[in-house]
Amino acid sequence: MLKGRVHKYGANVDTDAIIPARYLNVSDPVELARYCMRGIDPDFVENVQPGDIIMATTNFGCGSSREHAPLAIKASGISCVIAKTFARIFFRNAINIGLPLLECEKAVDNTEHGDILEVDLASGTIMNLTRQQKFTAKPYPEFMAELIAAEGLIEYTKQRLATRRI
Amino acid sequence: MVSEKEKRLPLAAQILAVHAGKERVVPGEFIAARVDLILANDITAPIAIREFQKIGVSRVFDPQKIVMVPDHFTPNKDIASAEQVKLMREFCREQGITYFEVGQMGIEHVLLPEQGLVLPGDVVIGADSHTCTYGALGAFATGMGSTDIAAAMATGDIWMKVPPTIKLIYNGKPGKWIGGKDLILHTIGDIGVDGALYAAMEFNGEAVDALSLDSRFTMANMAVEAGAKAGIFRVDNKTQLYIKSRAKRSYKVYEPDADARYSHIIEYDVTDLEPQVALPHSPANVKPVSQVGEITIDQVVIGSCTNGRLEDLQVAAQILKGRTVNPGVRCIIIPGSQEVYLDALRLELIEVFVRSGAAVSTPTCGPCLGGHMGILAAGERCVATTNRNFVGRMGSPESEVYLVSPAVAAASAISGRIVSPDAIAG
Repeated sequence: MLKGRVHKYGANVDTDAIIPARYLNVSDPVELARYCMRGIDPDFVENVQPGDIIMATTNFGCGSSREHAPLAIKASGISCVIAKTFARIFFRNAINIGLPLLECEKAVDNTEHGDILEVDLASGTIMNLTRQQKFTAKPYPEFMAELIAAEGLIEYTKQRLATRRI
Repeated sequence: MVSEKEKRLPLAAQILAVHAGKERVVPGEFIAARVDLILANDITAPIAIREFQKIGVSRVFDPQKIVMVPDHFTPNKDIASAEQVKLMREFCREQGITYFEVGQMGIEHVLLPEQGLVLPGDVVIGADSHTCTYGALGAFATGMGSTDIAAAMATGDIWMKVPPTIKLIYNGKPGKWIGGKDLILHTIGDIGVDGALYAAMEFNGEAVDALSLDSRFTMANMAVEAGAKAGIFRVDNKTQLYIKSRAKRSYKVYEPDADARYSHIIEYDVTDLEPQVALPHSPANVKPVSQVGEITIDQVVIGSCTNGRLEDLQVAAQILKGRTVNPGVRCIIIPGSQEVYLDALRLELIEVFVRSGAAVSTPTCGPCLGGHMGILAAGERCVATTNRNFVGRMGSPESEVYLVSPAVAAASAISGRIVSPDAIAG
């Protein structure tokens, strides 16, 4: 069960906003987290607490393919990202590195910046503790659920290669 | 056995079905697709290499099918960038992976087609969002992240969700200064930055048939700016001519089924289309140049994976020839590859640029992503032939980027404000 305070943003939050390219000359997640959301919310790094949740409306993570974006978010302590829709490369990257994402239009429409949420990833249940409202995220397709269960693409690939050898 | 008649597949799905070893695929279906080429650059390769090393295999599946290009921060802009490139170079040497050193490198999406490394019918994945550029050659090419590339380097295949295809038809005969950039900006302005989210964009119609390969690369390149997974063109005589002298291996040309199923069809008449401008801070914030008003500028950048090819430089030179860059403007021109640079030298375009007062650089992504070679201060405005104008994309979060064609960029460099090429060169 994840629990944290919501940092809420609007539509089309791009990867330059999440981690500007001038910080991409390193790839260490902890180092990257120092600049997380710099382009859109310069106070984010000061304010974020372990377990907090990023929430946005549509097309979150659009733009470049930089995996540094979900890596920075994850290393900053964010437990999951909830949006109406995600840009496709960001979606892949987050699942691949084990940053949980949930798509839930109703939760986004009924949650404000600063609300406290409790999220059960297994069932996709999102509980807004501040407003005492419950929402259910879009379920993952079977294949994606397998990837998530394996805790990302690298572990999934290891398992796949091991089976292939047999 | 599915008969040809029943398949009804758009071009992108044809290629994916073959690479998944299937008769047909349907949108939304998860497949494991065999890949023909895998790409990474100096920003994305270090993470891909780190993740690859966690998988526990010692060798990549096929070094001939992997290419790494240092282009974003190269020639290395600082010590940290140099360390990243060093790591990538050493991995390539150790694994026998094709690597293009400074002096041979170009911007990856200009370089790879030139080198004949991407061909029609290929599935290409790259750890760079503009990998979709290769759709201009009738390949299914899509951007991914570093971990995807790591897994594919180990296995030779990749998981994908089959995208629906949007068919775009461009009718009419566009005006003198209208190129692929104007068509794609107009399209993104119409459908929005998530207008093709998760979909493939299939470009059709007499107006795109008339376009050069360079202009088609520009259009396919910006498919991702509409959220698309891929942008793709059918192979025609121009494509065949382009790859004839470049291809070093066999390839297969695929055609969409005549009755292919598209998620939707969008038609444009581009006969009277004006040069287009994407205003800050979104590639979808598009207006015709006549409606942008009086916008004075500090910098012009002509180059990038979007518009750093020979035709782009030829158009710019046509306008800059015998004219002078406005004293209030820094004009930076970046040929996309050594081949483009050399062709531009032979055609005396470089002399035109230098005489006009423009700075000419060795190939690099540089300023497009705010890396180096033309970073903006607070309050500065840049007109660029690049692909993104997000907040802070080219430097200070308080700077502005306007996306245009090479013709509008060159004309604006002379006038010091955003103008139509007609205002300068008639």
